[in-house]
Amino acid sequence: MGTTGTPTNLTQGSRTSGGIGESTLRPDGTLKVTGDFAYSSDMWHEDMLWGHILRSPVAHAEIVSIDTSEALAQPGVYAVMTYDDLPTDVRNYGLEIQDTPVLANGRVRHHGEPVAIVAADHPETARRAAAKIRVEYRELPVVTDEASATAPDAPVLHPGRADHHAPHVPHPNIVHRQPILRGDVAEARRRADVIVEGEYVFGMQDQAFLGPESGLAVPAEDGGVDLYIATQWLHADLRQIAPVLGLPEDKVRMTLAGVGGAFGGREDLSMQIHACLLALRTGKPVKIVYNRFESFFGHVHRHPARLYYEHGATRDGKLTHLKARIVLDGGAYASSSPAVVGNAASLGAGPYVVDNVDIEAVALYTNNPPCGAMRGFGAVQACFAYEAQMDKLAAKLGMDPVEFRQLNAMEQGSLMPTGQVVDSPAPVAELLRRVKAMPMPPERQWVTTEGADVRQLPGGLSNTTHGEGVVRGVGYAVGIKNVGFSEGFDDYSTARVRMEVVGGEPVATVHTAMAEVGQGGVTVHAQIARTELGVTQVTIQPADTQVGSAGSTSASRQTYVTGGAVKNACELVREKVLEIGRRKFGSSHPAWATAELLLEGGKVVTDGGEALADLADVLEGEAVEVEEVWRHRPTEPFDLRTGQGFGHVQYSFAAHRAVVEVDTELGLVKVIELACAQDVGKALNPLSVVGQIQGGTTQGLGMAVMEEIVVDPKTAKVRNPSFTDYLIPTILDTPTIPVDVLELADEHAPYGLRGVGEAPTLSSTPAVLAAIRAATGLALDRTPVRPEHLTGTA
Amino acid sequence: MDFLRPARWEEALAAKAEHLTAVPIAGGTDVMVEINFDHRRPEYLLDLNRIGELGEWEVGEDTVRLGASVPYTRIMEHLRAELPGLALASHTVASPQIRNRGGVGGNLGTASPAGDAHPALLAAGAEVEVESVRGSRRIPIDEFYTGVKRNALAPDELIRAIHIKKADGPQQYSKVGTRNAMVIAVCAFGLALHPETRTIRTGIGSAAPTPIRAQAAEEFLNAALDEGGFWDNGKIITPSVAKQFADLCAAACNPIDDVRGTASYRRHAVGVMARRTLTWTWESYRGTEPTAFRKGSAA
Repeated sequence: MGTTGTPTNLTQGSRTSGGIGESTLRPDGTLKVTGDFAYSSDMWHEDMLWGHILRSPVAHAEIVSIDTSEALAQPGVYAVMTYDDLPTDVRNYGLEIQDTPVLANGRVRHHGEPVAIVAADHPETARRAAAKIRVEYRELPVVTDEASATAPDAPVLHPGRADHHAPHVPHPNIVHRQPILRGDVAEARRRADVIVEGEYVFGMQDQAFLGPESGLAVPAEDGGVDLYIATQWLHADLRQIAPVLGLPEDKVRMTLAGVGGAFGGREDLSMQIHACLLALRTGKPVKIVYNRFESFFGHVHRHPARLYYEHGATRDGKLTHLKARIVLDGGAYASSSPAVVGNAASLGAGPYVVDNVDIEAVALYTNNPPCGAMRGFGAVQACFAYEAQMDKLAAKLGMDPVEFRQLNAMEQGSLMPTGQVVDSPAPVAELLRRVKAMPMPPERQWVTTEGADVRQLPGGLSNTTHGEGVVRGVGYAVGIKNVGFSEGFDDYSTARVRMEVVGGEPVATVHTAMAEVGQGGVTVHAQIARTELGVTQVTIQPADTQVGSAGSTSASRQTYVTGGAVKNACELVREKVLEIGRRKFGSSHPAWATAELLLEGGKVVTDGGEALADLADVLEGEAVEVEEVWRHRPTEPFDLRTGQGFGHVQYSFAAHRAVVEVDTELGLVKVIELACAQDVGKALNPLSVVGQIQGGTTQGLGMAVMEEIVVDPKTAKVRNPSFTDYLIPTILDTPTIPVDVLELADEHAPYGLRGVGEAPTLSSTPAVLAAIRAATGLALDRTPVRPEHLTGTA
Repeated sequence: MDFLRPARWEEALAAKAEHLTAVPIAGGTDVMVEINFDHRRPEYLLDLNRIGELGEWEVGEDTVRLGASVPYTRIMEHLRAELPGLALASHTVASPQIRNRGGVGGNLGTASPAGDAHPALLAAGAEVEVESVRGSRRIPIDEFYTGVKRNALAPDELIRAIHIKKADGPQQYSKVGTRNAMVIAVCAFGLALHPETRTIRTGIGSAAPTPIRAQAAEEFLNAALDEGGFWDNGKIITPSVAKQFADLCAAACNPIDDVRGTASYRRHAVGVMARRTLTWTWESYRGTEPTAFRKGSAA
């Protein structure tokens, strides 16, 4: 492990070159770096029209009337559609609850909600035509927080709810409620020597992917449509799109277009249905590309949250109990709020052993922007709160914050508050030990013989300090994230693998519907195929709906689940190849019948390493193909009353140490270093693993010190929908991120691997906040922290 | 939208006279943002990029005549000694790509209170050379900013150059943003010592409807330096004087609460920057302080 974050000593997994355990390079990497990669926004089709969406300028209103006549009369305009033009009775969509109107039906519930769509021969023509649609709004009062949403006279955002959460929620403006009850909190509270309480606020973060929503819908001669789209989950899109269009699913053929990042923000639909509707209406290809402004309204964000925590501990530092209430703002539509609630509740105690737990998590319906999936998914908000609590407890007990955490850290065999036994390695104490043991970055690095190097100081080249007011702080945090879809969801994936001889060489072809959103899945699939099939040449087919679902590229699950499906399909292919080999050459060597046979280096070999035949000869004149669904072990829903249940298939853990320097007078922060230690089970591609950890760490840093969608509490309107005012870290904000990777195998997972992508996003934010608290002595109960919070000028 | 592309300055003036609503564009780093955000849809864009002289500068005896389109990168590279405050301000503008395109003329044309160059121009002392088919005139920088995103230009006038006083003493510039690069100012502060006239000048950005000078603070400090003989004896400025100067700078602000920061924070931060930049420039004047790391950041 060096300052570049490149891990060493990771195991090598394969005797075939380019297999798992090697840092093979991504096939899309060079193209992306040089600007040659075709993103979804780069697509073009002859005779193509441009779609544009008219969005609500207000957060909550009744639509009194819509007049599209002037817009339709514009030269170059081919179609204008509103709710009344939708072709079937299916006019809503949604990942779990179909509560989101394709186009507003007499009422808008959030700022930026789609009201009408236009197709024209030029994007500017479409935009201008949309501006000529006359919509009369009668504004309604907005609900923006728990108090206003659950007030006795609160407007009910979705009257007549019939979803499966409706029966158990205490108010119709609560999407879902999940309690987790274990032990006896009242009794444990009496035993506690110290009790700390806190109320924490977590702001609304945006995924801020760089490639805005875009896609191209091409009408087909059979009455269907071909959709080229940047998404996270082709088949979930398909399931939602086809019924609205009134088409069978096989007539909506979807192909993944180049995806410029996702982070959860493409799990919900954006312009998919709109482009298809316009293409089918006009009979012409229709392209839609959001600009950055529209993108802020075009996808769900991370749930902002208020979290109320009470922990108790004995004098010797053992946690006695946890009572917590987590209120997540889901905004106007459900999206994945129910699952976010399940995560926040079940992971709300963090990676600690607490025997007495009373947690309640709810998600609200409000008129704020809809919130849904984002990297960390409910676990992020909780981690911010419980880690602040750990520091408070340690301080109150006079203990070292790392030692206090280690004393209470869960390990393999520990019980979750859900009653689930953690049945694979949970090296929480070890991860903390490792980040603490890393060498500290030198102090006062800005001091040079020529004066202050402002690049090393808070404010950087803005030249706000030459060292005045600058105080260093160090903070620690650790988190727990589930991997894969939980609570009984049938979280399967499909892979089709083909093996044949091309040009005298054995070649494997892997076809899945996995969305490559930058995570490196296509790299890993090729590595798996090489490892299992002993070939060098692997072709990765474009992801589309001509093969079964690969599930979502989210929940840190793709290497586990689709990787598992590819591995499984490869194993089945291998069996068939060996059958062919036995048929063709079995008589030539007794080992064909008796030995354990492998495919390595283009040959069939015995487990002793003796080569029996060239794969090219075995496969001559034959092709083997398998398409197979693969599932991880099943989970079960949490009990609605107690939250008990085997809810999660796997857990992942990461710990951070943050070193910050704060200009305490100006409230400006420079994060000097964010060291991370994470257990990944098995690093299939060590370079990609480190990239994921550094990326997740940086996204967490953004949440700590700058990233927040600001919503006006009076109007529920978004105040900063741009990269001018929604700030994400630049390279000058991104510190050195040394990474220490552990590989403790999970025996339940393919290759023992553990999902990587999300865990570092959890602990990064609270570690930075802890470091800022250490530097300033301030309590800081909200994130992101802004200069006014550090200078008493909020 | 029509795109006018004059090849020479006179043609540009004629085009502007003919199309008073035409929006001049050079680097485009302000104008294109406004167009992309749909904040304005000008009938005409007047492209000044073919007029080479706008990208040139001349160093005279007392002033630098800076062409309106000289990119910030050039100012940083070539004019650090003559215009240290503006060079520091230039370094805080956005990203290298934008600094390669944008220039001070655009900052003045937009006249946003958040423009990075303004506090440095106010502190150094400058005149804006503007011209129309009717003739040429020079507008003192103190009279240039007339309101939020409004300036003293007549509808037919274009900015040709900025005449900035060459530094005769140390200058400093600080800008607060909520990230360490590529950020619009929450507030900014420029300070220039003018030993020749034994005066100091200030400039404040993003803390009032227009860029402003802290007049009362300047008068207070000029008097205090004078009375104490500081210009001659080079003594350390007493903390109480520095504090009062900082307080007066903060009091000169008339900021708003917005999504980038609170009014209260802006006032506070201007005070901190005023105190620090006074310390840096004065220490530099006394000759005891090593200059900040980058060449030319202090005289």
